[in-house]
Amino acid sequence: MLKIENLQASIDNKLILKGLNLEVKAGEVHAIMGPNGAGKSTLANIIAGKDDYEISSGTIELNGEDLSELAPEERAHNGVFLSFQYPVEIPGVSVTNFIKTAINQTRKAKGLEDMPAKEMLKMIREKSELLEIDRKFLSRSLNEGFSGGEKKRNEIFQMAMLEPKLAILDETDSGLDIDALRIVANGVNKLKSKDNAVIVITHYQRLLEYIVPDFVHVLYDGKIVKTGDASLALELEAKGYDWIKEELVQ
Amino acid sequence: MSKYTEDDLEQELKTKEYKYGFYTEIESETFAKGLSEEVVIAISKKKNEPDWMTDWRLEAYRVWKTMKEPEWANVHYEKPKFQEIAYYSAPKAKPKLNSLDEVDPELLDTFKRLGISLDEQKKLANVAVDIVIDSVSVATTFKKSLGEKGIIFMPISEAIQEHPELVRKYLGTVIPTTDNFYAALNSAVFSDGSFCYIPKGVRCPMELSTYFRINEGGTGQFERTLVVADKGSYVSYLEGCTAPSRDENQLHAAVVELIAMDDAEIKYSTVQNWYPGNKEGKGGVYNFVTKRALCETNAKVSWTQVETGSAITWKYPSCILKGNNSVGEFYSIAVTNNHQQADTGTKMIHLGKNTRSTIISKGISAGKSQNSYRGLVQISPRAENARNFSQCDSLLMGNDCGAHTFPYIEVKNKTAQIEHEATTSKIGEEQLFYCNQRGIDTEKAIALIVNGFSKEVLNNLPMEFAVEAQKLLEISLEGSVG
Ligand SMILES: Nc1ncnc2c1ncn2[C@@H]1O[C@H](COP(=O)(O)OP(=O)(O)OP(=O)(O)O)[C@@H](O)[C@H]1O
Ligand SMILES: [Mg+2]
Repeated sequence: MLKIENLQASIDNKLILKGLNLEVKAGEVHAIMGPNGAGKSTLANIIAGKDDYEISSGTIELNGEDLSELAPEERAHNGVFLSFQYPVEIPGVSVTNFIKTAINQTRKAKGLEDMPAKEMLKMIREKSELLEIDRKFLSRSLNEGFSGGEKKRNEIFQMAMLEPKLAILDETDSGLDIDALRIVANGVNKLKSKDNAVIVITHYQRLLEYIVPDFVHVLYDGKIVKTGDASLALELEAKGYDWIKEELVQ
Repeated sequence: MSKYTEDDLEQELKTKEYKYGFYTEIESETFAKGLSEEVVIAISKKKNEPDWMTDWRLEAYRVWKTMKEPEWANVHYEKPKFQEIAYYSAPKAKPKLNSLDEVDPELLDTFKRLGISLDEQKKLANVAVDIVIDSVSVATTFKKSLGEKGIIFMPISEAIQEHPELVRKYLGTVIPTTDNFYAALNSAVFSDGSFCYIPKGVRCPMELSTYFRINEGGTGQFERTLVVADKGSYVSYLEGCTAPSRDENQLHAAVVELIAMDDAEIKYSTVQNWYPGNKEGKGGVYNFVTKRALCETNAKVSWTQVETGSAITWKYPSCILKGNNSVGEFYSIAVTNNHQQADTGTKMIHLGKNTRSTIISKGISAGKSQNSYRGLVQISPRAENARNFSQCDSLLMGNDCGAHTFPYIEVKNKTAQIEHEATTSKIGEEQLFYCNQRGIDTEKAIALIVNGFSKEVLNNLPMEFAVEAQKLLEISLEGSVG
């Protein structure tokens, strides 16, 4: 599904990603862990198409198609979804209105009519139940005054509504309380299928107890330096990143 | 505030594309250009007006001749050449029509493109429409059912014939002919407009609506509207306008007078979409409007306006809060793009005790436009316990536009409570990327953000109007990205 080869990217002439390789297949869950500032969010933003970055080499392909030519909204139309580490506020635009616009714009890009209101309402009800979201919440302005955890849950609600092929969750667990973490993880698991894939960026092993990854990668200083199975996350939690640094030096 | 809910969803999904920018070819009759006493008399004659009306116009004309155009507004333009304007234009004498079948098919088509198919409106929207095309009303609907309640809603030219005592009693009482240059000009030459009278204790059962259009090239439009709500009555009045694109400055100087007697309430909503000129700033309508309301005891007047059109806008819907406990509200969205200039705002004149006013102004500037808010809150010595809340928010798109706020506050009574808030923001890259990531392209994202910014005002419009206004905002900001 996603294939990244030798990706080098910089911002303001500062090299952040230094030759990164990653392959994600349909049906898989990948976790990316790594110290602060390693470049995890940068990677997520670049996949989603944020144009602040200078890509000096490497390729990103989604289902065999070169992503670099596509605008962020086109990538979204092709099924890329990013749950933001820091979701932005849009005053006066309700969650309902926002997600309705997102869905219909995506449909339009595919040459489809707007989703019938009835169908949309049904979907909103289903997904908000799945994520145990009070529907009153959906009439509030997008992210305005939301608590940290509410913002994250709202990101996953949007993901549930948009049903992406490739979902990237950038520290979606940070800020969630224990119950919310379970609910959100449960939601993500329900949406998983053999046709889509998830990349989970996290600092904590706890999320991975719920969303069990097929692969765990360590992103360190702009590169993926180690890949393992779920047990790698446990090891990282226990030992931190120093041992990886040492391995690298050798 | 963001009260958009699942219920609204269904409503909104039904709405269609808003269309604009067309030109109707309707045969019309136009006076020679220029203004003189003879022209004023001729206009009055043409309309079969009684002598008192002719004299009233002449008096206004004589005052106007001695006046100078106001220059204090933050707008720059080439002054209209008043002797090169034709002061009267009417569709060629039309017979009275009994049904839609008799209406000029081209006119009907125009209505359809405006999204106001009479047909549909009659059935669905519960709206009586008094359509003013090129200064003369050519169709009036629903008159009968309004008549049963004693409500008068008709072209002002007809009202002068049929209800001279009412018109004579109230015309010019809120905005005297001498009020300002444009009001005086309007008083002298106004061609038509609407008159509305709601009798004591009557609640008008439907939104009254007028669609103004400018149509004949080089013809100034001077609409005159007078709404009188008698004691304890209520009316919601909608005014909307679009104009065909053209390459010539068109002067528009309307006057709207509202009178809300004791315990009466008037809601006056406007969506204004006149030709703003092309991208280089050529052409476009000059819109110099005087709107004012008089509020007696316990009366309430609410002005809501969405201004997206015109090359130059000069407009300050105001409330004179004369009666004790009277309430004035002003909700405004002003969008400027390309080379548009708007200087708009309100005046709240607190005369009575316990008078309250609210001002919510949202300015959106894009392109090379200039958008100014100018507001006056005046508390007179007798106005014990007057209160005002003002909020002026500006949203900027790009670096070449300007937003300006000129709040004037004059307080002559110590018990007054005045609150003023102002913010200026820019549409952020992060917001746009967030929307893009969800599949919303930048143009649509801007429309969404702008709608959110304008929500408090849009929410104040009647539903169908709000939807139309929303589309208008979108259209007005098209191509403003980058
Ligand atoms: N606009 C910018 N200018 C300069 N440096 C930047 C800019 N944006 C990001 N960086 C740097 O890029 C590096 C990678 O940042 P990134 O946000 O990808 O880290 P991360 O791995 O997601 O960290 P965290 O775990 O803290 O979220 C950091 O050192 C950051 O300071
Ligand atoms: Mg990060």
